[in-house]
Amino acid sequence: MRVPVSWLKEHLELSDDVTADELVDAFVRIGIEVEGVERVGEVTGPLVIGRVVEFEELTDFKKPIRYCRVEVGDQAHAAEDAEDSPEAEDTETDRDAGDTATEAEDDEDVDPTRPRTNGIICGATNFAEGDLVVVALPGAVLPGGFAISARKTYGHVSEGMICSARELGLGEDHTGILVLPSGTASPGDDAREVLDLADTVLELAPTPDRGYTLSVRGLARELACALDAPFGDPAKIEVPAADEDAWPVRIEDPAGCHRFVLRRVTGLDAGAPTPWWMRRRLLLAGMRSISLAVDVTNYVMLELGHPLHAFDTGSVKGDLVVRRAKPGEKLVTLDDAERALDPDDVVIADDSGVISLAGTMGGAGTEINDDSTDVLLEAAHWDPASISRTARRHKLFSEAAKRFERFTDPQLCAVAVERAARLLRQYGDGSIRPGRTDEGEPPQPEAITMPISLPDQVAGVRYERGVTVRRLTQIGCKIAVGTADDGTALVTAVPPSWRGDLVQPADLVEEVLRLEGYDSIPSTLPPAPAGRGLTDAQRRRRAVSRALAEAGFVEVLPFPFVPGSVWDAFALPEDDPRRRTLAVRNPLEADKNQLATTLLPGLLETMQRNIARGFRDLALFHIGQVVLPGEKHGHAPDPGVEQRPGDEELAALEQAVPDQPVHVAAVLSGYRRRPGWWGEGEHASWADAVQAARTVAEAAGVEVRTEAADLLPWHPGRCARLRVGDWPVGHAGELHPKVIEALGLPKRTVAMELDLDAIPLLDNRPAPSISPFPPVLLDVALVVDATVPSAELADALRRGAGELLEEVALFDSYTGEQVGEGKRSLAYKLRFRAPDRTLTVEEATQARDAAVAAATERFGAVLRG
Amino acid sequence: MSGANDKQEPESADALAPATLEAAVTAAKEQFAAATDLDGLAGVKPAHLGDSSPLLRARRAIGALPKPEKADAGKRVNEARQEIQAAYDSRLATLQAERDERVLREEAVDVTLPWDRVPRGARHPITTIAERVADVFVGMGYEVAEGPELEAEWFNFDALNFGKDHPARQLQDTFYVGDEDSNLVLRTHTSPVQARALLHRDLPVYVVCPGRTFRTDELDATHTPVFHQVEGLAVDKGITMAHLKGTLDAFAKAIFGEESGTRFRPHFFPFTEPSAEVDVWFPEKKGGAGWVEWGGCGMVNPNVLRACGVDPEVYSGFAFGMGLERTLQFRNGIPDMRDMVEGDIRFTLPFGTEA
Repeated sequence: MRVPVSWLKEHLELSDDVTADELVDAFVRIGIEVEGVERVGEVTGPLVIGRVVEFEELTDFKKPIRYCRVEVGDQAHAAEDAEDSPEAEDTETDRDAGDTATEAEDDEDVDPTRPRTNGIICGATNFAEGDLVVVALPGAVLPGGFAISARKTYGHVSEGMICSARELGLGEDHTGILVLPSGTASPGDDAREVLDLADTVLELAPTPDRGYTLSVRGLARELACALDAPFGDPAKIEVPAADEDAWPVRIEDPAGCHRFVLRRVTGLDAGAPTPWWMRRRLLLAGMRSISLAVDVTNYVMLELGHPLHAFDTGSVKGDLVVRRAKPGEKLVTLDDAERALDPDDVVIADDSGVISLAGTMGGAGTEINDDSTDVLLEAAHWDPASISRTARRHKLFSEAAKRFERFTDPQLCAVAVERAARLLRQYGDGSIRPGRTDEGEPPQPEAITMPISLPDQVAGVRYERGVTVRRLTQIGCKIAVGTADDGTALVTAVPPSWRGDLVQPADLVEEVLRLEGYDSIPSTLPPAPAGRGLTDAQRRRRAVSRALAEAGFVEVLPFPFVPGSVWDAFALPEDDPRRRTLAVRNPLEADKNQLATTLLPGLLETMQRNIARGFRDLALFHIGQVVLPGEKHGHAPDPGVEQRPGDEELAALEQAVPDQPVHVAAVLSGYRRRPGWWGEGEHASWADAVQAARTVAEAAGVEVRTEAADLLPWHPGRCARLRVGDWPVGHAGELHPKVIEALGLPKRTVAMELDLDAIPLLDNRPAPSISPFPPVLLDVALVVDATVPSAELADALRRGAGELLEEVALFDSYTGEQVGEGKRSLAYKLRFRAPDRTLTVEEATQARDAAVAAATERFGAVLRG
Repeated sequence: MSGANDKQEPESADALAPATLEAAVTAAKEQFAAATDLDGLAGVKPAHLGDSSPLLRARRAIGALPKPEKADAGKRVNEARQEIQAAYDSRLATLQAERDERVLREEAVDVTLPWDRVPRGARHPITTIAERVADVFVGMGYEVAEGPELEAEWFNFDALNFGKDHPARQLQDTFYVGDEDSNLVLRTHTSPVQARALLHRDLPVYVVCPGRTFRTDELDATHTPVFHQVEGLAVDKGITMAHLKGTLDAFAKAIFGEESGTRFRPHFFPFTEPSAEVDVWFPEKKGGAGWVEWGGCGMVNPNVLRACGVDPEVYSGFAFGMGLERTLQFRNGIPDMRDMVEGDIRFTLPFGTEA
């Protein structure tokens, strides 16, 4: 909310030397964010009131241009003439209106009988001959350093500029030039004085719980508390009693509307101008001036924080009814949009149907227009949640809705209407009709009782005696002090009507703490509990991450959003569980709406981004959750918040949240070992993908076992299923050529993905017993069918060799003529060792023979000569 | 005498003449010194120390001498021989040292050659800073709590005192997942982990929750729809806002140095009351040390404690939360948020395996 400092100060007893910066500091200290401080009206040089004597429409140009003769007063000319002389130059920047006038008296060229005029080019058309305007004369510098000089334009010399509100720094209104009501000033008057131009505007962003601060009333009160200054409440006006209704009203929806007040003003001068002081404040607050009636409702809203609506009485047909909208009802709102209403929308209707979207925006049919002389002023208290829903549903974030959804003061309805009616009477010549409609039961604030020292306990501070009562009184609470049965001093506070946010002791505590200042809270550490450190799973995840990074993989953090098309690119069968995704209802990118069931799509997309940026040799990894809705995905229940959910409710709630195991995945492309001055490079292969999985397993302290698998998106002949013990934990290998083609990936891209949560955590790793005796090393080469997996053959050897075998390691794999078609020779180094003695070669050989026998029995292996 | 010697001619007595011996010593020294390498030295060695060398001939000649002269001649021959042997050994040592030095010199390589056969790896700085923050709190006795990214609305909002019509629950901030009545959202903060911690852990609870969070902000230089937060929660008897301040001051010093500290400004969050925004004193701030907006905090709202089964009459607590991307962005001077999410290896590599 934008608010001029002068307006705030009007309601505060502050010494004049309190600066805007001090007010800003005070706001920040008590929790009202200041988003901007803008000094307005910083105009130097001659800025005067002018009267448009006549103008000529220039028609040779694409847009309407007027060449005006503007009476700007003699003094202004004197000033201008003086500026032309060299000796005047030095004083130019310091000159104020007083100096200008003084100098003019000495000017002998001025003919007092004939007013001098300036020729000025103007592109606006919202003025007539005889109108009072604001003229920046040559030598003036407008906000933003915009210097005015006499210059030739559109075929004429333009001796100055007729200003819009925005050009003067008064808000953003640039729809035309500023026209002042006649009789409010004379040509040649210093416009800075007439317009009361200089001010400081604060842009404030109060938190959404403090609806009352969206008003001068609320903000000035906050400053009064922060600065301990006396506060003059602008809402303190007497509301006269009324015997009759202003208009018949029925509240049919008391849940949506708690109070509804109407006052009627008749005999309004429809063309009466808005007084400059009011327009100025509206402009500085960022609002346009529209008409007196509309301006008054906006002004009262800014001043008191209570939105008002003005109906054109002549357009209202019969009794007003406050109710929920009926299915199919429509309303054309003030912004000329036709809106289909929802049965949850609270509306105001008359005999003709809905005429206003309550608290959010009025209808076009009963809008105040240029001829309205009879208006109904409405102020109501609406249910904040209902307004919030309606505003969001219709995307109508009006100033009114913004305040109603943050809670308005229900005691203020009659005051706000009265204030507006009086302004219309004063400036629009209207008469206030004696009747007032006041329907409904406004909510009453409930008393809150708490220990008087609760603020001290929460803050960890010993405040001065009486602070709690003093601060709560200051914000408007009615206070009673008492004693509990156990002797504790208690305070009972009835919050003021405008503070819908004060409902529990903690809310009152915050008021005391923030007004006393958060900087008075000391810095101490709580007594340290005995923590247990990271969990095994957490330490394991760190180890895995480090191991992969040290193995040359770069960690990336792709988003979990994937397009449904990726499953087609992966060529997954229709019933593949990875296709069973949950979709985001409101995705940022419409086609990327599915939550990933695997980390590979995100990794591959990141790989492609790097490739597009010129990198080919890539090894990337990601550790993150995936979302596996599986079959169980149901609907999360809503157990309420008054107390802890029951165990069954809690279980149901947690059950409704899909499984989200932590996966680790890696992708590689290009060279895994680069070529260079040392020699050839090696391209990343399926084996590097498997090795990445082994790196993970080693970091996790487990052994991963591989077996051939056929699972898309992997190559059917180059995919390993990875197991830890009997648990399948993932896959690794080369991607299927069709998948690579569909995704546009480099040929032979390889990938692995493991379910880290599926890898069992080791409780405790038993230490091996280390034999100090020497080993016996023996080699065996076995010929087997080429389809026999080397790992399984090694297993057979291990089982056959018995306990003396310490390690078996494959060192050669050969296919070719020497072993025959369909066969393969696999050569292993076997290391034998006894735990308690030096092993003899004979014993080792026996064990080797047993190993070979087992391999022969299992796979028909033949010992190669 | 060996048989071989027996076959040789008896040596002339001239061989024992002092002048002959002296000449042999001089000749040997000269030739050893003239040898420039080990091969050259080996080439001249037999002429002076070999079987047919003057010294050997002189020794053989001793046998022919009359007995009384034998001792004196033997002594002179031995002295001469020792002198030659010493000259040889010395030259040999010199030439070996020269050779060893040359070999080392010849084996020298260009040690500036690159050896980046296996490309380097690195961990994402978001991961490492999350770990670092966790470690700071583990050091203070906290435990690290985690939870699912796709959450039930109840955990993400209701339990945290967000009213049903709170603006943050509306579509412009939150990713809603599944069909209309699934009541699932991508968590908008790590706070649901706090609710889960309170529901499942024994009191007192001191946890820190780093994790990935989601809001429907378009990706730009200062926003990302997927980001990371770290939150802390302490619920115990007698917890005060002063404890919160002390904890955050310690946290700030751990991450930004001993000079750092925090400042609170009153604010509003549904799940805390009183609430504050936290500014951190950042000594290395661009343009000079100063305050930087860091996160939010406050005393846990009694409504949250109640919904999680904790009696607010007995226990109180504080909670705080910071964005990790934002923290990294100002701590490490990262100009564009997108650098942190796009996965460009040039961004991550300089951070190495620890940041």
